[in-house]
Amino acid sequence: MSEKNLTNINQKVERLEGYEGPGFLATTLDKAVGLARKNSLWPLPFATSCCGIEFMATMASHYDLARFGSERLSFSPRQADMLMVMGTIAKKMGPVLRQVYEQMAEPKWVLSVGACASSGGIFDTYSVLQGIDRIIPVDVYVPGCPPRPEQILEGVMKIQELVHNESLRRRNSPEYAELMASYGIK
Amino acid sequence: MFNTIEPEALLEQLTTQFAEKILLVEKHYDVSVAEVSHDVIKNVIVFLKEQGFQFLTSCNGLHLPTAEKKFGMIYHLHDFKRNLRIRIKTFTQNDPPHFPTLTDIFPAANWMEREAYDFFGFRFDGHPNLRRILNEDSMEGWPLRKEYPLEDQARFDKDDRMFGR
Repeated sequence: MSEKNLTNINQKVERLEGYEGPGFLATTLDKAVGLARKNSLWPLPFATSCCGIEFMATMASHYDLARFGSERLSFSPRQADMLMVMGTIAKKMGPVLRQVYEQMAEPKWVLSVGACASSGGIFDTYSVLQGIDRIIPVDVYVPGCPPRPEQILEGVMKIQELVHNESLRRRNSPEYAELMASYGIK
Repeated sequence: MFNTIEPEALLEQLTTQFAEKILLVEKHYDVSVAEVSHDVIKNVIVFLKEQGFQFLTSCNGLHLPTAEKKFGMIYHLHDFKRNLRIRIKTFTQNDPPHFPTLTDIFPAANWMEREAYDFFGFRFDGHPNLRRILNEDSMEGWPLRKEYPLEDQARFDKDDRMFGR
């Protein structure tokens, strides 16, 4: 790797804002926790069709989602931070998806990958859920049919942005309780 | 040793046995097709099984909205030993249509009849577990009947403004 590339990478390493001196950094808890969380998101892949195949490419060495701290896929919802819904969700699958979401511990984020998960896509039919946001709240939508791995990475980075800037109080706020109540969760 | 019996002979056998209850007999390509009266459908299938048609390949519902008898069942039977196939159709105008279950003759009919119930609302008298199999239990209506709207009725974004209709 050339020196120029190295410099570019170093510029991208983020620095916490705060009061800094030799050997110490004083910052807010929000920022420190946000930084830790955003770089250690455990995704839960809920892959039902072709977008799931794109996700496999995203996870594999070429695109390498591990670079973003999402090395470890969690196949149990209880230890997952980010639910990635990739593919067509039939209406019969709806309650399953909802249960998976409910089993995830707070804080949790949802990434809706592809046209089908976001809006039902081409499957405008009686048996297909017309977008997962009808049953669970979604943080980031990735368009595409299916989206390229770069787009999925972009979606994950958008989630990271949300995670980084989220207030520690958000999940206890009345607005959040209202959001959950609007989906009938809890 | 294949085809020791000609399909014509087979259909003849059927007509001798059930006489006027066999409404129509024809050949579609190399498959014998018989339309039988609704009240003897089970007897016909039992008879054919005794004749060696030991495999129920498929049974499906039909909905022909313009026909006099709108609802039908179609049964495909296969005789492995003689390498023969036969297709049996039966129609009824009742709604909901009732058909005798075949689960006591062919256990394979269990799920196929549930499918016909799921999509067409056919009732199979004597079926041990007649409930939806592929669609969600809370669903209303019978989606493969022609009057059932195919598109999801909960969509609010597909209007004239965007789709020109």
